[in-house]
Amino acid sequence: MNCRSEVLEVSVEGRQVEEAMLAVLHTILLHRSTGKFHYKKEGTYSIGTVGTQDVDCDFIDFTFVRVSSDELDRVIRKAVAEFKDALGNSGSDGMGQISLEFYQKKKSRWPFSDECIPWEVWSIKVNVVNLANEQERQICREKVGEKLGEKVINIVEVINRHDYLPKMPTQSEVDNVFDTSLKDVQPYLYKITYQITDSLGTSVSTTMRRLIKDTLAL
Amino acid sequence: MDSDLSSQDRKDLDKFIKFFALKTVQIIVQARLGEKISTCSSSSPTGSDWFNLAIKDIPEVTHESKKALAGQLPGIGRSMCVEISLKTSEGDSMELETWCLEMNEKCDKDIKVSYTVYNRLSLLLKSLLAITRVTPAYKLSRKQGHDYVILYRIYFGDVQLTGLGEGFQSVRVGVVGTPIGTITLSCAYRTNLALMSSRQFERTGPIMGIIIDHFVERPFTNMAHMHPCSYRTPGEDEGGTYAGIEDSQEVCTTSFSTSPPSQMVVPGKEGGVPQVPAQPNHGTAAEHCRIPSCPNGQSPQPGEMHSDVLCMCGTQVTTTSLDLPFAAFTPRANDLEVNDPMVHPPPSPAPSSPLQGSLHSNSSSHSGGQPQDDFVMVDFKPAFSKDDLLPMDLGTFYREFQNPPQLASLSIDVSAQSMAEDLDSLPEKLAIYEKNIDEFDAFVDTLQ
Repeated sequence: MNCRSEVLEVSVEGRQVEEAMLAVLHTILLHRSTGKFHYKKEGTYSIGTVGTQDVDCDFIDFTFVRVSSDELDRVIRKAVAEFKDALGNSGSDGMGQISLEFYQKKKSRWPFSDECIPWEVWSIKVNVVNLANEQERQICREKVGEKLGEKVINIVEVINRHDYLPKMPTQSEVDNVFDTSLKDVQPYLYKITYQITDSLGTSVSTTMRRLIKDTLAL
Repeated sequence: MDSDLSSQDRKDLDKFIKFFALKTVQIIVQARLGEKISTCSSSSPTGSDWFNLAIKDIPEVTHESKKALAGQLPGIGRSMCVEISLKTSEGDSMELETWCLEMNEKCDKDIKVSYTVYNRLSLLLKSLLAITRVTPAYKLSRKQGHDYVILYRIYFGDVQLTGLGEGFQSVRVGVVGTPIGTITLSCAYRTNLALMSSRQFERTGPIMGIIIDHFVERPFTNMAHMHPCSYRTPGEDEGGTYAGIEDSQEVCTTSFSTSPPSQMVVPGKEGGVPQVPAQPNHGTAAEHCRIPSCPNGQSPQPGEMHSDVLCMCGTQVTTTSLDLPFAAFTPRANDLEVNDPMVHPPPSPAPSSPLQGSLHSNSSSHSGGQPQDDFVMVDFKPAFSKDDLLPMDLGTFYREFQNPPQLASLSIDVSAQSMAEDLDSLPEKLAIYEKNIDEFDAFVDTLQ
């Protein structure tokens, strides 16, 4: 089974980075979260209800829908804030990439640790632009709003291809497929990572990762 | 073939499709009500939340959906469509988008109904939630209320897209294969809003209303009727619908309009001027009323929302005021400055400072053509003008007063001159201020 990889690109102004990332990540997570599973006897389970809420962006003419879970929102906001800070501190031209990876855990025998097998990776490439005046900022508000709309449509297209999804797990396996730590919703197991591209256009951390992977492959 | 599908599965599938159709309509209509939607997640299943999604059921919408379905289900050749249109306060209407729930003959025999189809329908509803916020009609619906409302209509049968104008775009929300056919959900939306723009954007009432919402203090919280659209439960505000809608039985309002129709058009003013509660609730409003900003000479009634920002009288829309933040406070500042000896010292000639010059220009532009003192031509002596000079004089007069005067602060010579004058008059001014120091101290005390 191959991991499905999708890449989205956005160009935003510095103060729009946070909201643009939240919009995209929450839209993906909306589709990749279910209600909490309640396992009953005889191997059946029932699923809780997922609520949704509209979020208006302050710096972009855009409204997105997210899952009604403050816990999940906090986690995503924290990750996006870290990415934004890293972008700001990098001293590069303001280019970076944040990745949302959905994975499954595969239990391995001792002494090997559990394997994380990604089945879907969303990469959002961000290019931060600087604008000179208020008029340009106003145009940027609208343009970025339209672009995000296109990204939402792209995301929905991919999701509705109904490609591979992990099988619904039994009670003992549920933590290998879903993140059961939240009390109101249950997203698929995910992790968020980011990379900042330096001015040479190469990503520092991917180079390291490639090195490590190559070493392990030997 | 249908015979491959067990009767239980068939029953389940029919039920899923029925409730999917009802929930689709609820999501679309709720997304066009003009307000943010929020529902709660619940870890314990209640049993009534179809597709494991918290989507409220507005009773009227359910009623209309069931009426349109009339006991049938969307199927092959029987599409269910939700048409969203806009209707202005003058009765013009325009279709904005059409959402279509269709089924084609492509069957997926192997798919599990109670599990896979159900989950995929749930996913499709989530996609619908996301896409309804992305089409152009969403932004329009968030601003509805004063000049226009958003309406919906549900119909069954063939999809009609001709009302969307030329160049309409289509977006596919998603597809779900079932053993009896493939369900497709899509939206076709109008891109050519030109019909609207010439009328709609002449009066930017709603947008100005929102600006005023931000910057004017409202001690009264009962301002529900000021928001662009608030949905009310049935029976609460039936008077909110436009009278013009009653002719079409199929068209339903989604926005239970903020202000009743009688307040929509203010006599003597063009366009939708947002209203405030009848009582002027603070000094600011009272002061605004004092400022003559309407060239038609009407003194603003206390009940009318009034500030130069909102006065759409004539063509003298003070765009400078529109751009200013806290524009609602500008007249008050104006008032204060007019009376304040610090800015307007008694013996100084007019205009002795760029600020004063601009104040004069500001107020004159507000009054839209009423001649101010600095526009009176001293050498204009009609009694002595010769007949053949009269047309010229009139022409000159007309030319001079045709356009608003240039701001004194924009004219470099004047500002340079007045700067020099300012500097010269500084010692005099300082002497006066020192004399009045007690007054200033008292003023500062009142601020603390």
